[in-house]
Amino acid sequence: MVTTQNPAAPPALSLPARHPQRRARATSGSGRLAALLVSPTLLVLAVVVLYPTIVALKDSLFGTPGLNPKTGFVNETDPFVGLQNYGAIFGAAGARFWNAFWNTTFLTGTTVALETVIGIAMALIMHRAFQGRALVRASILVPWAIPTAVSGLLWRWIFNSNGVANALTGQHILWTTEGFHAKLAVIIADVWKTAPFIGLLVLAGLQVIDKEVYEAARIDGAGALRQFWNITLPLVKPALLVAVLFRTLDALRMFDLPYILIGAQKTSVETLSMLAQDQAANVRFGPAAAYAVILFVYVFLIALAFVRLLGADVVGDDGPTPLRRRWRAHRRTKVAA
Amino acid sequence: MNTLSPKLRKGLLYAGVAAVVAYCLAPFYWMLVSSLRRTADIFSNSPFPTRLSLENYLAVLDPSESFTRALLNSVVVAGITTAVALALATFTAYAMARLEFRFKRLVLTLIIATSMFPVVSIVVPLLKMFVDFGWINSYQAMIVPSMSFTLPLAVWNLTAFFRQMPQELEHAAMVDGCTRGQAFRRIIVPLAAPGMFTTAIITFIAAWNEFLIALSMTNKPEMQTAPVAISKFSGASQFETPFGSQMAAGVLVTIPLVIMVLVFQRRIVAGLTAGAAK
Amino acid sequence: MKSRTTRALQGAGAAFAGLAALAACGPNGTAAVGGRPTFEGRGPITYVGGKDASGSVQAVIDRWNKRHPEEKVTFVQLPTDPDAQRQQMIQNAQTKSDAYTVLALDAVWTSEFAAHRWVDRLPEERFPLRQMLKPIVETGKYRGGLYALPMSSDGGMLYYRTDLLKKAGIARPPATWAEMKADCAKVKRLPQARGMSCYAGQFQKYEGLTVNFAEAVNSAGGEVTDAKGIPHVDTPQAKRGLDFLVNSFKDGTIPKDAVTYQEEDGRRDFQAGKLIFLRNWPYAYPLMAQKDGSSKVAGHFRAAPLPGLNGPGSSSLGGHNLALSASAENKATAIDFMKFFAGQDVQRFTLSRAPGAPTYDALYKDPKLVKQYPYLPTLKQSILHAVPRPRVFRYGDVTAAIQQQAYAALTGSTSSTQALKDLQQTLRQQSAGE
Repeated sequence: MVTTQNPAAPPALSLPARHPQRRARATSGSGRLAALLVSPTLLVLAVVVLYPTIVALKDSLFGTPGLNPKTGFVNETDPFVGLQNYGAIFGAAGARFWNAFWNTTFLTGTTVALETVIGIAMALIMHRAFQGRALVRASILVPWAIPTAVSGLLWRWIFNSNGVANALTGQHILWTTEGFHAKLAVIIADVWKTAPFIGLLVLAGLQVIDKEVYEAARIDGAGALRQFWNITLPLVKPALLVAVLFRTLDALRMFDLPYILIGAQKTSVETLSMLAQDQAANVRFGPAAAYAVILFVYVFLIALAFVRLLGADVVGDDGPTPLRRRWRAHRRTKVAA
Repeated sequence: MNTLSPKLRKGLLYAGVAAVVAYCLAPFYWMLVSSLRRTADIFSNSPFPTRLSLENYLAVLDPSESFTRALLNSVVVAGITTAVALALATFTAYAMARLEFRFKRLVLTLIIATSMFPVVSIVVPLLKMFVDFGWINSYQAMIVPSMSFTLPLAVWNLTAFFRQMPQELEHAAMVDGCTRGQAFRRIIVPLAAPGMFTTAIITFIAAWNEFLIALSMTNKPEMQTAPVAISKFSGASQFETPFGSQMAAGVLVTIPLVIMVLVFQRRIVAGLTAGAAK
Repeated sequence: MKSRTTRALQGAGAAFAGLAALAACGPNGTAAVGGRPTFEGRGPITYVGGKDASGSVQAVIDRWNKRHPEEKVTFVQLPTDPDAQRQQMIQNAQTKSDAYTVLALDAVWTSEFAAHRWVDRLPEERFPLRQMLKPIVETGKYRGGLYALPMSSDGGMLYYRTDLLKKAGIARPPATWAEMKADCAKVKRLPQARGMSCYAGQFQKYEGLTVNFAEAVNSAGGEVTDAKGIPHVDTPQAKRGLDFLVNSFKDGTIPKDAVTYQEEDGRRDFQAGKLIFLRNWPYAYPLMAQKDGSSKVAGHFRAAPLPGLNGPGSSSLGGHNLALSASAENKATAIDFMKFFAGQDVQRFTLSRAPGAPTYDALYKDPKLVKQYPYLPTLKQSILHAVPRPRVFRYGDVTAAIQQQAYAALTGSTSSTQALKDLQQTLRQQSAGE
């Protein structure tokens, strides 16, 4: 691979063009093979996403047709408004947008952080050998396997003013009213549902780690915490990062759960997706498309930041870490033997 | 760690396992209990149904709901989506993990970018397109759009897993006369089995849960998927919540999935490891 | 005189339809011959709507299909959630698809669907509208034209505990809010009324809040919007209506929890014996009367018209109407099917299987039905006094604005005066934007 690459090069910023040595190594056949392997995926995605995205971009430049007072009918053509739909977020109607923007950001931040911690804990526990492990592993799938619409209803029932949540805690919280508790209800339900996603991916990441690495570490006298911090976490990092990235992107588009659990047009939990949906539902396709595009750009920037900052582990254009080298050395001796 | 006695460690482990199971299953238990209550008792908060009733399950499985057919449709749609996504993603992920080429970062970013557009915004253009294709009420009208969110997930996951695989083994195999493809199939795929399997589960469930596209692309009951069927449950009158049958359907949707995962987990992992040993 | 107006309206309608036919040349079953719309084409069609678990929809369609083998109707079942139903219907209109023929529209969607020309104007003379209750027929009209044929209605009623009222020495159910509060005070002095709350309706931030807000305003002599869709909510009458709700929350007449209540939450409390009065729809009647132990109040309650400020109040109207998708084929069949499906016999059959509010006057007097649903005579009074919810083509925006301000007032985050002032401003901007 890239073992000859200078490890001192800044890994996150290592664009292919800046590494003539590597490009020299990549044979021209490799490029063609890559194109062949990648193109089916790109083709499918182009069909499914590109066309609708272009339509949405176009839609976002049009306004909502008005009513012809004489006939009582809505005008047939949508007026072209240019970038007005985008400009509107900085105007008077912007308050709702920015509220939704911060809600989206807040809910994403909190849920993903909690899911990561709980997911890793789940994975570490399940990685241990014990009886009935397969059954436990299947059971953590349960929250994630329940369709969101159904789990939304389930949690709405649980958070009902006369529901189990209040009965168990002895509180009398009106969860679905405006306020921080509404956010909390969404966070609890979302973390419950999707922590297994991260748990499962991290577990798979743990499973492909070579046991010998731990043995080596144990021989070196590393404690449990150090083993986790210095070996487990770095090795599981690619899988974890992908899981966190996808959770983040998914959380940024959160819609069903707050919509079903708390309700539409609740200031405390309205997200950007809910806002876009609300505009589309009221036949204002222009603003709806504009919100969708803004959300898209926001999500895209975050994805880009992920790829930039952590790309080393996911895209893999940095040199191997010392640890990985050590691990490879182990593998090599094993293969040789 | 070394200071803890083995017994205590085992106890701690089981306590942890119990915590995980309780955390994941307690709300599901509530779902199960609610599904076993009579419709008249749906407001009850008792930890066990006061009067056990299969009324909700009978309602869900009533032939007029064609729920079993919907489950089957879901299996077909999610199954094909998973198979196709996994196949395409394996190729792409291999290129990402093993080949050097220009624009790699761009391609990866593009792939992930496509999964980001809110489904609400792409459903109308897609609907118009599929009406033109005559694809309404067909499986492909649900499978193809599902690629938009399953494919990126699969590509990224598999890339991460493939990259974790030691390249030296592959090189060794290629030195021994394997082609690139053979080396990949015989060495990497079995080693990455847990990752592949997990990716398959995650892809499957993501496709399994899809609602808006499946709802918009079908208008015949024999083509609808399980989440769509559930959305059509109703009480005896407009305002009555069909909570019991919704929960029963939730249980019916979840349990086969979990059993399937259990069975496949053993089979696939066993099969792949056996292949690797050869 | 009436017939002259009707004829004049028909003439206007024909002119519209002619224009519409000129503008839209698509494969459209409506053709204008000599300025009058004729609905052409016979063959298979679809009926699109949610269903009820009593299974009457499919049963009725089966009956039609037996008699019309060449013009079979297929039931396209939509999700139970009204928002999802509306979204699917709009998508169908946007793609100009002929997949949907006859649409079951919620009564409040009529204006929106008519103004967007997603549905055709209907030939009024083909339907027995005069046998229906007048306020119900109004819900199917937009700017004087019939766009949706009433199939079912709904009206709010005040459920009350007969046993408790009697024990407290109260002879008849309250007709005004003040009477209701006074009755509550009397009942609460009874030992068996310990811990009970007085009254609840639907106050969660959703369509039910619009219904309850509009009822309060109308019952105090105000109006949300007038016949032309102009808002009038910053009036003293409207304030008295909203204040009834706001003050009831403040003084505990309405329990605090009720701000999260939808229809089913109130029913739960009432049938568990926690409420003395409840505003709800007819559907709750048979459920609360069930003698299988699920309801503690079976045999101990009745329904009365909603109370108001100075006398009986007015209800909002619910229900579903049949409309004809503009992009559909086989419109001649569709008109016949609509006539059949919204017909008196079908309504009687449907009602015999599940509670509801028919649109025909005669069914409210049918002895068999009245025996099955003792609420029917009360419901008729409630519907005759009913005021439709705002009939504006952007109903979604109007109801959202109402919910926003009413909810703010009920939860105490704004005063009722400020809420109504803001609401008036928002609604006026919206109607100016039309």
